[in-house]
Amino acid sequence: MREDDHVYLSLAEGQDDARWAFGTGFEDPLHGVDTEVPDGVDPAELAALCVGLGDDALVASQRLAEWCTLAPELEEEVALANIGLDLLGQARMLLTRAGQVDGTGRTEDDLAYLREPEHYRNVRLVELPNGDFAFSMARLLVFSAHRLAVFGRLAAAHADPVLRAVAAKGVKELAYHRQYAADWVVRLGDGTDESHRRMREGLEAVAPYVDELFRASGELDREGGGGSVRDEVVGVLAQVAEAATLTVPEFEPMDGDGRAGVHTPCLAPLLFEMQSVARALPGGRW
Amino acid sequence: MTQTATAAAAGADDRLQEHFDQVIAHDRRIEPRDWMPEPYRGTLVRQIAQHAHSEIIGMQPEGAWITRAPSLRRKAILFAKVQDEAGHGLYLYAAAETLGVDRADLTRRLIEGRQKYSSIFNYPTLSFADVGVIGWLVDGAAICNQVPLCRSSFGPYARAMVRICKEESFHQRQGYELLLTMMRGTPAQRAMVQDAVDRWWWPSLMMFGPPDDASPNSARSMAWKIKRHSNDELRQRFVDMTVPQAEKLGVTLPDPELRWNAERGRYDFGTPDWDELKRVISGDGPCNEERIERRRRAHENGAWVREAAAAHARKQAARREAEAGRSQGRVPPKAGPEAGPGDREAR
Repeated sequence: MREDDHVYLSLAEGQDDARWAFGTGFEDPLHGVDTEVPDGVDPAELAALCVGLGDDALVASQRLAEWCTLAPELEEEVALANIGLDLLGQARMLLTRAGQVDGTGRTEDDLAYLREPEHYRNVRLVELPNGDFAFSMARLLVFSAHRLAVFGRLAAAHADPVLRAVAAKGVKELAYHRQYAADWVVRLGDGTDESHRRMREGLEAVAPYVDELFRASGELDREGGGGSVRDEVVGVLAQVAEAATLTVPEFEPMDGDGRAGVHTPCLAPLLFEMQSVARALPGGRW
Repeated sequence: MTQTATAAAAGADDRLQEHFDQVIAHDRRIEPRDWMPEPYRGTLVRQIAQHAHSEIIGMQPEGAWITRAPSLRRKAILFAKVQDEAGHGLYLYAAAETLGVDRADLTRRLIEGRQKYSSIFNYPTLSFADVGVIGWLVDGAAICNQVPLCRSSFGPYARAMVRICKEESFHQRQGYELLLTMMRGTPAQRAMVQDAVDRWWWPSLMMFGPPDDASPNSARSMAWKIKRHSNDELRQRFVDMTVPQAEKLGVTLPDPELRWNAERGRYDFGTPDWDELKRVISGDGPCNEERIERRRRAHENGAWVREAAAAHARKQAARREAEAGRSQGRVPPKAGPEAGPGDREAR
């Protein structure tokens, strides 16, 4: 038998994790990291920040997973999964950090699988159903532009070194997510009449949920110097919209606040599905 | 054409055929620009397209569990695996395109039921244990089938298979590791694993195709070295590899005839239900319609997106041309924000 015929040889090869997405190869997302909370950082505030950003990423990733096998082209299958995996990796680290510092000792899975919708702290933008590809790209553009602005500030100036490191890694990922979404918003806006209409409607449908993002990140405007998160995001959106032959809608404030646990009716079914297997088999090992 | 010209053309064809036969005989590779007999090309298109379709349809049974994976680590592993399958589909369609067909046309043929995909994906995934069992048995069988294809006589196919087999072996290990973990869990989890093994064992054996004496295309594919081992030989190899793994796992394989044959130095095993295989291949499996319907829906719902991308590309090209006409050598401004890397390699 030739060497390349032998199944065991290919199975026995060394661990080559490089070809795996980040987040698949470890059980403890912050293994080996000094988890001490530095002086001057309020653990409750840090935990709340990590849970909010972690829930945003987890719920956004769950919605991206719903695109799986339904994307308009195979290249988009790969790209949307890439983005979903990046966000899932961010969620794993942020929820783990939250559980470490909030005094409860909860793991990432405790936080993901055992909380009720009203205890989720994600912004409502990420829990909305996927809609068509235009809506999904409008949401991804706004979400990643905002998250990139936030992570840039956290990476530069947050007092917690763990959060700083998580944010620094995330910045590189989010820059790609924002570019990917921007490219599609431009293609769709400047494509056919139908795609232009859908892209405009997508941006309009996202608009009511944008102000909530700025409220959620308002605190960060004092960190990192430079302009506000809002100015940065609005600047990016204006630039993309112009290239897409579209206009940026107004971001009127709307009642409701995901960070306070006040969600749309869309979150509960999403979490019900996500948590169904874990909850059906209490004490299970995975 | 004159008689002389016809004779000369026939002579040239003979020389090309002779060269092709020599390449095959010496275990060298045929490349896309080389001459090849039309039936060789046709067989490869059929096989590579069927393989590509299998990767894409194969995303569905497992992809359905990404949103329900019971831990975030398992969610990441499964998400990455299903993404790999999309990547495999892409390499394989690209390999098929070197033979002069195009992906859109192959996709149409799949959706219209004119080309097939592996019948294993017409079975349903009923619990999360199925994710592990698919990794262990289905990917295990796929590896047995595919590792020899890394030496296929057609270069682009062989090279695509090297990368695919490496990733498949990773998937198999991940699937087996999930099952080992579940078997150390609760009695309910162990029962889930056994139930999944009971359902997937026979369909996995059918993945090697009908028995050799009933496999119409096998002999020619072996002569052309597109295929390297017979269906029955690969099936035997899979059984021999899998039985010790099942013992280590602590599950029972649902075959009363399965036993070690010391004389042969291999396992004896029962006969799969070939009528069932025929039914599933001919479209009458539990999920055939659902799988094709979902693929059709994705393709049709995506049509406006693909049209928009093409329309935008045409507009951009026209603008570039107009710009070049106005001021030679000046590059038009780039659309979109100047954020980070424009392209990132797919993982």
